[in-house]
Amino acid sequence: MEAIRTEGLTKFFGDVVALDGLSLAVPRGTIFGFLGPNGAGKTTTIRILTGLARATGGRAWVTGTEVKRDSRRVAARIGYLPEDVAFYGWTTPREFLDYVGSLFGLSAAEAGQRSAELLGLVGLTDVAGRRVGGFSRGMRQRLGIAQALVNRPEVLFLDEPASALDPAGRKEVLDMIGQLRGQCTVFMSTHILADVERVCDTVGIIAEGRLVTEAPQEELIARYAAPVFEIEGDSGTEKAMQRLERELRPIEWVSGVALEGTTLRVTVRDAEAAKRLLIAAIARSGLPLRRYEMVRPSLEDVFLRLVNRDRGGA
Amino acid sequence: MRLVHMILHEMRHLRRSWRLLTIVVVLAAFGMLSPVLARYMREFMSMLPEGEQIAAVIPEPTTADAVSQYLKNMGQFGVALAVLLAMGAVAREKERGTAALVLVKPVGRAEFIGAKFIALGLALAVGVASAALGCYYYTIVLFEPLDLGAWLAMNALLLLFLLVHAALTLLFSTIARSQALAGGLAFGLVITLAAAASLPTVGEYLPGALLTWAGELALGAETTGWPALAVSLIVVAAALGAAVGIFRRQEL
Repeated sequence: MEAIRTEGLTKFFGDVVALDGLSLAVPRGTIFGFLGPNGAGKTTTIRILTGLARATGGRAWVTGTEVKRDSRRVAARIGYLPEDVAFYGWTTPREFLDYVGSLFGLSAAEAGQRSAELLGLVGLTDVAGRRVGGFSRGMRQRLGIAQALVNRPEVLFLDEPASALDPAGRKEVLDMIGQLRGQCTVFMSTHILADVERVCDTVGIIAEGRLVTEAPQEELIARYAAPVFEIEGDSGTEKAMQRLERELRPIEWVSGVALEGTTLRVTVRDAEAAKRLLIAAIARSGLPLRRYEMVRPSLEDVFLRLVNRDRGGA
Repeated sequence: MRLVHMILHEMRHLRRSWRLLTIVVVLAAFGMLSPVLARYMREFMSMLPEGEQIAAVIPEPTTADAVSQYLKNMGQFGVALAVLLAMGAVAREKERGTAALVLVKPVGRAEFIGAKFIALGLALAVGVASAALGCYYYTIVLFEPLDLGAWLAMNALLLLFLLVHAALTLLFSTIARSQALAGGLAFGLVITLAAAASLPTVGEYLPGALLTWAGELALGAETTGWPALAVSLIVVAAALGAAVGIFRRQEL
């Protein structure tokens, strides 16, 4: 049984279609990256799955329970970290976690013990008695993760968990999410591809309220990513690189060329042809080479290709 | 049990944010000042320039003046505090996102509203109790002893009057998107109710009549105000029921 399943989920805000027949299935135990540009419908999907909003149409199940039929049962089994998590500024982390524990029916002793465990997990033990009102964004996010784990959830919903953090904060939060692998199903929405590449094993891409694709990350890259060659010239070769760019662009087996400084990124349709002919083209240009490499396609390449295709782009 | 934890959480908020202390201090101050003002009004007036002429027409103060002053002060400042406390109770939590953080847990929306109202009621009860104690003491010292049972009954009616306004403000706080709008609606209703209370016949059924009954009760009069009591209880129940019903339909 899947941890999360939706069938034809729709959501309208007046005339605006936020979700347009979203159907997805998230296997148990995965860290699922729900990837999409801003306004694609990621937060709306999470709000429906957590029972905070109602779908206009379609059905959704979390841990086998239909959300609109028994949202309280679902609530007992999930954890949720909103995009912009807000706390009562007058509470301390320990008090807040104790309070959340009491909402899940834990006794005072159980709640206290769980709070201490979680404060340790998210590295807030030293500030457990300080008021949350003075916390930095990173500290609030860590407390947000802790409060979402109080009930040992079967499914953890994280809405853009690292988007607003600095690089150090982002690393901490993503490491924490990575540590949850195997403990629960994580459904993480984000528009940052690097975050998905780093921690997620399965990826769903959403654009304009529709699921574009859903697959394990490696399979997705293998299925959709076109081979990419990177050519880097010595400094001072900008003009030569521009000439090479112009030369490569019309070639049949080349599907895209992007020049940044002295680095040319060539996306190809036919990898075998490129392996034989690209190096010859470089040699003809007389370009002094610093680096020539066939690089692993990134999730970003897949994402841009799929989202652009879904929007009717190239 | 969950409801108890939620009420304790609300009470902790009222205490930490100094709201509870503010209620107690403000209402206790007006409770104590009411009999003092009633007793020494003539003296105060005579201290003003040409105030002796005014003081001369002020009759000899009585216990009734102290009680009337108390109810007038509590009716105004108590209501203002009830509205100020309740206007952000739900709206502010919706605005900031803390409501979503709590309601995504296995917590009912009725429990959420219920905990807020009970905590507000307890805070107002503590405030009214401190005011009642201060006023009772100074009335005895400056005027004459009052019947304790009647005094308690009077304050219970006063508390119900404040709870009506708290419940209605909580309803507006649930409906409105911001606490400012909730407060605006609540103060508008306070003014409307105060104006309607002076209407003949209609006024007898409105919460304002509770204060009239309360005043007469404290002074040993036989009159009652059962219709106003019934209407007030119905208004509290209806406002809370509507708040829960509306809140259940809202998306967070």
